[in-house]
Parts: sequence; structure tokens; C-alpha cells
Amino acid sequence: MASIEMNNIVKKYGDGFPAVNDVSLDIADGEFMILVGPSGCGKSTLLRMIVGLEDITSGDMVIGGKRVNDLAPRDRNLSMVFQNYALYPHMTVYENIAFPLRLAKTSDDEVRRRVNEASDVLELKEHLERKPANLSGGQRQRVAMGRAIVRQAEAFLFDEPLSNLDAKLRGQMRTEISRLQRRLGITTVYVTHDQTEAMTLGDRVCVLRKGKIQQVASPRELYEQPVNLFVAGFIGSPPMNFLPATPEGNTLKTPFGTIDLDAERAAKIAGHDLLLVGIRPEYFEDASLVDEAKRPLGSTFRARVDVTEWLGDSQYAYIPYDAPDSIKAQLRDLSKELDSEELRTQAIVSIDATSRIREGREAEFWLDSRKVHVFDPESGENLTRDPEAGAELTRMAAQDRIEQLEDSQAGGAPSGGAPAGGTQVGGATAASA
Amino acid sequence: MSTRKKVMWWIGGAIIVVYALFPIAWIISISLKAPSDIANGQFLPSSISWGNYETVLTGSASELFLPALRNSFGICLIATAISCLLAMFAAYAIARLDFPGKKVILSTALAVAIFPVISIVTPLFNVWRQIGLYDTWPGLILPYLSLTLPISIWTMSAFFREIPWEMEQAAQVDGATTWQAFRKVIVPLAAPGVFTTAIIAFFIAWNDFVYGIVLTSTEAARPVPAALGLFSGASQFEDPTGAIAAAALIVTIPVVVLVLLFQRRIVAGLTNGAVKG
Repeated sequence: MASIEMNNIVKKYGDGFPAVNDVSLDIADGEFMILVGPSGCGKSTLLRMIVGLEDITSGDMVIGGKRVNDLAPRDRNLSMVFQNYALYPHMTVYENIAFPLRLAKTSDDEVRRRVNEASDVLELKEHLERKPANLSGGQRQRVAMGRAIVRQAEAFLFDEPLSNLDAKLRGQMRTEISRLQRRLGITTVYVTHDQTEAMTLGDRVCVLRKGKIQQVASPRELYEQPVNLFVAGFIGSPPMNFLPATPEGNTLKTPFGTIDLDAERAAKIAGHDLLLVGIRPEYFEDASLVDEAKRPLGSTFRARVDVTEWLGDSQYAYIPYDAPDSIKAQLRDLSKELDSEELRTQAIVSIDATSRIREGREAEFWLDSRKVHVFDPESGENLTRDPEAGAELTRMAAQDRIEQLEDSQAGGAPSGGAPAGGTQVGGATAASA
Repeated sequence: MSTRKKVMWWIGGAIIVVYALFPIAWIISISLKAPSDIANGQFLPSSISWGNYETVLTGSASELFLPALRNSFGICLIATAISCLLAMFAAYAIARLDFPGKKVILSTALAVAIFPVISIVTPLFNVWRQIGLYDTWPGLILPYLSLTLPISIWTMSAFFREIPWEMEQAAQVDGATTWQAFRKVIVPLAAPGVFTTAIIAFFIAWNDFVYGIVLTSTEAARPVPAALGLFSGASQFEDPTGAIAAAALIVTIPVVVLVLLFQRRIVAGLTNGAVKG
């Protein structure tokens, strides 16, 4: 196990296009780091540079205190799970998992012990003699993980490991990976374009855009204190709504009425004519269902609902609004960059599942103005971000992580007799039994 | 498929099979006819005679035929092995590496493959005599490589291209050197491709006639197709048709055996399940 340090990493392809541009990132020992971003943001390239499958144009890659820029993948002692699993089709599951050990010339007894331990953890026992072609998608995924955990690697690298699974299995494997990582306490770098995976798995999440780091923070900080429009739009599902706004003293005029701001935030946005105000869907509510006590903390407005979606536990309403052309163009660009297609300017509003608001009617909504963020439409910068509050959230997450790690490792005490190298996998077996 | 369509397919298939196998049936029938029976105007021999086979294997033609059979086997197997090995490395490089001149290699290979043999065989005859390769095994293996290498490179690079690159990268991450990854992962996965290529290369070499007849003069290196052309009848008034038919049938047997033997290996689909299917 080791920490991974990246200093000013640059990756330029033959045509001079920088796929990864000046990335500096420290991943602590035992940390679960997510690299996330839309397609083409350089996240996979960065992962492949860590493992050594891509050359580094400039910068330093330091793993466990050793500069590894010029080391071949096999000398870096990392294990990786590929997006398509890359199982060896001519070998049985057993031999697939044993492959790294065979290459390391491990004795047969040791191989058998370790493969059995890994297959216990991943519940692959009854499939060991089968060939990958005869396994289901989830089983293949587990074999790929088995091959990764069977040896004592410095770190695990995952390249979109769940994107080939169906939604239900993906949820199960997600929790499985999380549990496994905690038990083994091994440094993990996980690439995904799925923001749900990013939020649920990561201790910290690194959001990339066009090869540049936008923000590295705990999921909570990303959600509550995003640094810019891009991060705010990327994190959260359904995504944050961006409304055009013009400041007037301590208030913002938006298509959904005026929003009052406290003096501190009002001061931060001074000097701008046109702004974008970012409001998460859940900051809205059906006005008739809001507590009297809460009501004064926000503002109310009336709007016509275009479409409603009732999901049982929650309900979404879509409210179209008008925006100046410049804002429209910018929002379209942003949504394109986020791999989605925004056809019209509309706000997505989360309302209580019991709300009787109906499509095509006008209704009254309440908007919690305490947590809205205001963005500069030119630079995309978040003008009202509170770095201190954000840092606090990430500190708390780091604290949680350390406690969880201690808990899970104390809980999965070594089953006894296993040599030091095998205790982690053995411990996990005991805990899963 | 409707019954009508199925019937049409069956009839169509039967016509093709008859069309393709009729010459073989004919040659079998000729090989079983006694010399006096050959021109009797019937398809089937009036009585089955093994005389032709005796002539070829133990009789007067055996001095010509048996060494030729040995030569053909030896030369073709060596040429196939060398061409497969070389083609494997070349195809791997073409499929995996990015280097200048990749296109040139492929198009040169194609050019060599379509170059008419007859136009180089005369100069080759002269050169071979000068440098002492005339009528030797290497003297045939070399030209056979020029026939088999291009097609081997082309078929094998197609097979290599189909192997997901992640396989190899996974092996490298798992701790394999480039050579280990090639040997333990790529070669087993490419095995069906290698076998297919080997069989094609073997047939090409096995069937060659022009090089065989021009570049050899004695039983030291003469291959079967050339030997067949030199058969003579028992007397100058007698055609060796029956003996040639018997010999032709005998040389067809290894080809059939080879295909039957490696049939399962040729069937692709070994890579199924390597990636998400």
C-alpha cells in the first residue's frame, strides 16, 4: 500500500493536444479517490499514466515515495480492473485469478491458498473451474476484481468497472467495491463518468474537465460548495438549475421572482450586471406543503408546470423559463460539455411526492434561498462559495474515513495462522462469513 | 424460413456439392480402373483394380513418387513453420505497433503475393544454379516462403487485430514482460489464427508446380506435383493416367487429414467471453 502523488502531470499526444494538462493530485495511503468527468476529460488517460500504460509527457508520478515515470507497468506493482474486464478467455477462472501470482513465480501451495481466499471474498468458489465465456457479466466483473486483489498491490485502479453492468447489478457491485476497499484498506483510484458512483464511493472526488482539475474535494463539499458552474452542473442528479439573474441591492431578480441574499453574499456579487443563480432541485418545494416556520427563509413564486414526474418517493416538476440569448447559448454549451442535451431552458424542481401540483397548471412554489449559489456567467466561477465551510466538510469526511478504516479492520481480525501478506484478504473472509 | 425456401437451399447446396466433388469422384474412379479400362467411356470402372496404387507405391513409378512425397512433406512443413513464425512477429508488429512504413510492408506483401511466379522463375533458375541452391531443399523453401509469407502476414494480422488490446495491457499490469504477455496471452488467443494460417500456407506450398518443376532436376528435391508430370506409362504407347490419378489421390489425403485434425482449432470463437459479451 502506498500513497500516490502526481506533480504537474502533462500528457500530450502526437498532435500536441494536451489530454491531461498540468494535473497535481495527492492521494493518501488507503484513500478512495474518484476521477470523474464527462467523456474526453482525460480521466482514463490519467489512470493509465498511473499504471504505466501511457507515457507521461512531463511531470512526476510518485508512488509510495518512489518516482515511477520510467518504470514499466509490471514494476509498479499496481493492480487494475479494466472496463471490459480483460479476462483471459483461454484460462479458467482459477488460472485467471492466479495469473499475477504465476508470473511472480509463487509456489503452487501459496497460489492455491491465495486464490481460494480471494474467491471466498468474492463468492466465486463454485465457478473456479469455468471459463470466462460461461460466466455472467457480474461474475466476470468479480473475477476481474479477484485478479486485482489476489496479490498485495500498492494500489487498486478501476477504469469504469461497472459501466458494462445493468443498473441493478451496478448498485450491488458498487457497495461490494466500497466494502472491499474498506476491508483491505488499500489506496484506490476509480475512474467513472457516473456521478452517482463518484458520490457514493469516493472519499474524495477529483472533477476533471478537458484535462484540467476543476475541484478535488469530498462529495459533500462538491455538492454544497462547488467552485464553478461546471462542477455544480456535473455533480447532482437531477442537475442544478441555472437561472439568469440581475442583482438589485441585496436581492436577485430571477424569472422565478426575487431572491433575498444576506449581506455577505450580496457583497460578493457586487459589480456584476448579469449573473447565473444555481439552485438545486431540492431547494424548491410546493408552497402549500412548506412549514410556516420555514416559509420566511425563502421566497415564493408562481409558475406554470410543464411536466411532472411522480416516482413514488419523490416527484419532479419541470418549469420552463425565459432567458437572454447569451445565457441560453452558454447553458447549451455547458450541457453539451456535460454529455447531455438541453433542448429548452427549464428548471427541474423536486417537490413532495404527496403534492397535488398538476401538469399544465400554474402553481405556487417556495424556494429556499439560503443555499443558492451565484455564478459569474463569463468565467463560470462560483462567487458565493465559502471555502472554509467546504474545507470543513472535507475534513469531516477524512475523519470519517479514518474511523471507518479502523473499524472495518478491527472487525475483520486475522483468522489466525495466515502470514502477514495474506491477513488482509483472510480478514475480509472472516468478516464476510 | 419457410419449407419452400429450405427445400431451395438444400437443392442449391446439393448442386454446389456435386459440382465441387464430381472431379474428385472422377479421379477416384480413374485411379481404380485397370489400364485397359480407362478409355471405356464409363464413369465407373468395370472391375476395381488396385494396380495403379501398386505402380505408384511399390512398382515402377515408386522410385519417382516416394522420394518426391518425402521432399514435398519436408519442404512444405519447413516452409510453413518458418513462414508462420516470421508472419507471427510481423503481424503482431503490424497490428499493435505504430511505426513508419507499416503500410509499405503490407502493400509490398500484397505486391509479392500477386506477382506472377512464371516471370521470376527463369531468372531464379539461373541464380540458383550459380549459387548452388539448384535442386536442393533450401532452394525450394526460399521461393515457397515468398508465396506463403504475404498471405500469412495478412491473415495473421487480421487475427491479431481482433484480440482486445486490453488483454495484453492487463497482463502487463499483472506483472508480465512484453514477451510473457505475448507468449502467455496473445499466442494462445491467436492459436486458431495461427493454425488457419499454417494450413493455408501449407496448401500453397504443397500445391506449387512451377517452382517445383523448374528449380529441381533429381529426386534430391523434386516435390510431388513436379514428379506427377514426369510419370510415364509402361510403354511409350500407354498413358500413365491411372498412376497419376492414384498419386494425386494419395497427395490429397494429407490435406484432408490436416483439415479434419485441426478443424476444431480453426473454428474461431475462442475469444468469446474475453470482454463483455
